[in-house]
Amino acid sequence: MLAGIALTLVSLWYGQNHGLMPLEGSEESLPIDSLFDLMMTIGTGLFLLVQGVIIVVMIRFRRRQGDLADGPHIEGNIPLEILWTAIPAMIVMILAVYSFEVYRQIGGLGAMDHAMAHAQPKQQMARLAGAAIAAPLAETGPTSLADASSPEPVLPDSTYQLPGDAPYEIQALGLQYAWIFTYPDTGVVTGELHVPVGREILLNINAQDVLHAFWVPEYRLKQDAIPGRQTEIRFTPRTEGEYPVICAELCGPYHGAMKTKVIAHSPQEFAAWMQEQQVASASGLEQAIATVDPAQRSVEQILAPHVESLGIKPEVLQQLHPPMVHAHAS
Amino acid sequence: MTTQTPTQSTPTRSHPEPHQETTWRTYFSFSTDHKVIGIQYLVTTFVFYLIGGALATAVRTELATPEVDFVSRELYNGLFTVHATVMIFLWIVPAGTGAFGNYLLPLMIGARDMAFPKLNAVAFWMIPPAGVLLMLSFIWGAPAAGWTSYPPLSIVTNQVGEMIWILSLLILGTSSILGAVNFLTTIIKMRMPGLGFNQMPLFCWAMLAASALILLSTPVLAGALILLSFDIVAGTAFFNPTGGGDPVVYQHMFWFYSHPAVYIMILPVFGMISEILPVHSRKPIFGYKAIAYSSLAISFLGLVVWAHHMFTSGTPPWLRMFFMIATMVIAVPTGIKVFSWLATIWGGKLELNSAMLFALGFVSMFVIGGISGVMVAAVPFDIHVHDTYFIVAHIHYVLFGGSVFGLYAGIYHWFPKMTGRMMNEFWGRVHFVLTFIGFNITFMPMHKLGLEGMNRRIAEYDPKYAALNLVCTIGTYILAVSTFPFIFNAIWSWWKGPKASDNPWRALTLEWQTSSPPPVENFVGEPVLVTEPYGYGLNGSAQGIPLESEVTPSPAT
Repeated sequence: MLAGIALTLVSLWYGQNHGLMPLEGSEESLPIDSLFDLMMTIGTGLFLLVQGVIIVVMIRFRRRQGDLADGPHIEGNIPLEILWTAIPAMIVMILAVYSFEVYRQIGGLGAMDHAMAHAQPKQQMARLAGAAIAAPLAETGPTSLADASSPEPVLPDSTYQLPGDAPYEIQALGLQYAWIFTYPDTGVVTGELHVPVGREILLNINAQDVLHAFWVPEYRLKQDAIPGRQTEIRFTPRTEGEYPVICAELCGPYHGAMKTKVIAHSPQEFAAWMQEQQVASASGLEQAIATVDPAQRSVEQILAPHVESLGIKPEVLQQLHPPMVHAHAS
Repeated sequence: MTTQTPTQSTPTRSHPEPHQETTWRTYFSFSTDHKVIGIQYLVTTFVFYLIGGALATAVRTELATPEVDFVSRELYNGLFTVHATVMIFLWIVPAGTGAFGNYLLPLMIGARDMAFPKLNAVAFWMIPPAGVLLMLSFIWGAPAAGWTSYPPLSIVTNQVGEMIWILSLLILGTSSILGAVNFLTTIIKMRMPGLGFNQMPLFCWAMLAASALILLSTPVLAGALILLSFDIVAGTAFFNPTGGGDPVVYQHMFWFYSHPAVYIMILPVFGMISEILPVHSRKPIFGYKAIAYSSLAISFLGLVVWAHHMFTSGTPPWLRMFFMIATMVIAVPTGIKVFSWLATIWGGKLELNSAMLFALGFVSMFVIGGISGVMVAAVPFDIHVHDTYFIVAHIHYVLFGGSVFGLYAGIYHWFPKMTGRMMNEFWGRVHFVLTFIGFNITFMPMHKLGLEGMNRRIAEYDPKYAALNLVCTIGTYILAVSTFPFIFNAIWSWWKGPKASDNPWRALTLEWQTSSPPPVENFVGEPVLVTEPYGYGLNGSAQGIPLESEVTPSPAT
C-alpha cells in the first residue's frame, strides 16, 4: 500500500517535472505538452510498477540452494485477469479521447475541411487549367514559385499591414537542401521563415524533388512535404525568437544540413520587416519580370538575385537540382 | 500415425542411427532435418547480426561528434540503410521464426519433422545468397534511401544499390513466406494425437499468429517493391510524381507489411518468453488462454494499424484518428501478456541463470518500448517526435530490448537441447550484464535527444546534442564488446562444454522429453504426453526431475 502511494506520488511529480521538452513556442505546443505530461505520468507509474515487481521477485523469490520443489500450481485468476485487461483498456480509451481533443484543439481536424476546400490550390487551378493535382514537378515546382510574383507588387512606400482575420498564408517549398518561403500577399521570397506572433499561420507545403518534412521542435509540429501534392499545417507563434526549422524526412546525403530558422516577430516588427523586404526585392522583381517569362525560369535563375537576402549559401544554390524529370531521364 | 501404448516399444519405422547422420558437414548441406535447418538459420542469422552490429558501430562512431568526419555523407546513408535491413530481414525475422520456429515447433508438438521438409530447406538456402547480395551492394554504392526506401528519393539515389536491395528483399520475403506456409501447416496438421490446440505450448500459438501475419502481409511488400523497381529501371510512374505517380501509395503498401513485421519479429519471442519464465520459476504460466489468444489479437490488430507510421504524410485526419485508436488498443493484449508474465514469476522459485536473466531483461526493456509505443500512437505527440531519435529509441527498445534479449534468452535456454552441451553460466551472466548496461546507455538518452529536436538519419547534428550523443556512442562500444563473451562461450561450449542431460532444466514441454540433441526423427518411438506443458507444482515436487548439477544419476522417465 505504502509502495503504491509512493509510486503514485513519484509518477505525478515526474510527469510534471520531466523537463524533456524544449521551449513552448507555439499555442499548439501547450496542449501537446499537457498530453505528453499525462502520458509521462501514466508511463512512469507503469514503468515503476513493472520494474519494481521484477526486482522484488528477483530478491524474494529466488530459488534457495538445494530447494528442488516447484512453486505453487497457480494457473490463473480470472478476476485479476479481467482487472488488468480492463484497466489498460480504460487508460487507452482515456488517452485516445484526450489525444483526439488535443488534435481538435491544434486544428488537426479543421484541416480536414480545409484540405478538401484546397484540394486544388487556387493559383495552380488558374495556371494549370485541367491539369491533375499530381501535375508533373517540372510544372508545379517553378510555377508555385513564379506565383509569388503574380500579384501586383505592393508599392514600397505604402505601409505594410497584415491582411484580414483569416489565417495568414505562407507557401513553403522544400527542395534539396533548402526551404523557400513565399508570402503570397506581397510576393516576398525568403529562405528563413518570418512569422508574426499571435497570428494563426497557414503554411502550404510543397516539395520540388523528393520528400522533405517541415519541423519546428519548439512548435511541436511537423508536416511532410510531398512532391505532387500540397500539404499544410497551421500554427500560432506564441513567443518571439528564433527557432530551428529542420527537415525531418530523409532527403539525400545532405539531409542533416537542411536547416533554416523560423523567426517569430511581434506584429509591428513583422510589418517593418516585410516592408523592408518589399523595398529590397522590388527592383529585382521588376527586372526579373521584364526579362524572362517566370514560368520558363528555373529555380536557380529565380533565386540568383536573392541569394544574399535569402541567407542561402551559394553552395546550396549550386546543388539545386534541375526539376527531377531531367535528372531521371539522364 | 497410429496411436501407441505409452511404453517405449520398438519403433515401427526404421531410424537411421542418430549421431552417425548429423556431422558438421550436415550443417553445410541441403539437409531436410528441421533441427539442422533451425541451427543453420540461427548461426547464419547470427553472423548477419554481427555484420549489422558492425554497421551500427560505424554509424555511432560517425555520430560521436557533430561533424561529418568518419565516413562520407553518402556512405553514412548506406550504412544505416543496410544496418536496419540486415537487422530486420536477416537477423530478427529469420532468427525468431526461421531458427527457433524450425527447431522447436515439430519437437513441441511431437512431430517428426516439418510438413514440407524440402520446402523448408529451400527457404533457408535463399537466405545466404540474399544476404551476400545485399553486402555486395557496397561495391556499387549501397542503397541509401533508408530501410523504408521511400520514393522519390529511392528512385533517384544509388539506383544499382537500390535494385540490389529490392532483389535481396524479394528473395528474403519469399523465403519468409515459404517458412510461414510450413509453420502453419505443421501446427495445424502435424500435432501428435491427443494434443489439442489448447494443450500446445504457447510458443506454438505465437508462431501460429506470426505465420498468419507473414502470409497476409509479405506479398504486399513484394508488390510494392516490384512496382518500385519498375519505377527505377523501366521509367514507370507508379510512385514517381514526375509522371503522375503517388509516393504516398508506396508508404501505405510498405507499412502494410512493415508494421506487421514488428509483430512478426516480436511474437515468436513472446512465445519463447512464455516458455522460459515458467521453467525457471517452477510455476505454471499464468493465464494460458489469455496469453494464447492475445497473440491472435495482436496479430489481427497488427494488420490494421500501419498508417500510424504516416501521421505526417498528409493522411486524412479521420484516418489518423482511426489508426491512433487501433494502435493504442494493441497495448491491451500486450499488457495482458506482460502482467501474466509478472504473475507467473511472482511466488515462484526463480533460478536466475543466463536464460532467465535475459528473459527478465526482456520483460523489463520491452515494457519501456511499449510505454513509448503508446505515446507515439497519440497523433498530436507523434507529430512532434515522428522521424526523430525518440523513434530510434522506441524501435530499439522494442526490437533490441525486446526481440534480441528474447533471442539471447532462447539461445541460452535451448542451447543444451540443440547441442547436447551446457553453456558456461559465468560468462553468460557477464554477457547479460554488459548487454543490459550497454543497451541502456546507448538508447535511453536518445529519448531526450528526439524530444529536444534531433532528427534521425543525419550524419551531422547541432553541437548542443554532442554530449548525449557521445554517451550513446560509448554505450554502443560496450554493446559491441558484450558480444565477445557470448561468441566465445557459445563456440567453446558447443565444442568442449560439459555434456547436458536430456532435461537439464527439468522442463515439461515435449522437446525436453527426448535426448539432447534429439535423434534425427526427434523421438525414439512415438512421443508420449507425460503432463501438460506447464504442470509445475501439480504433485508437490513430484514432477520436478532433479537438477543435473545437484543430483548425478538422471532418473529414467
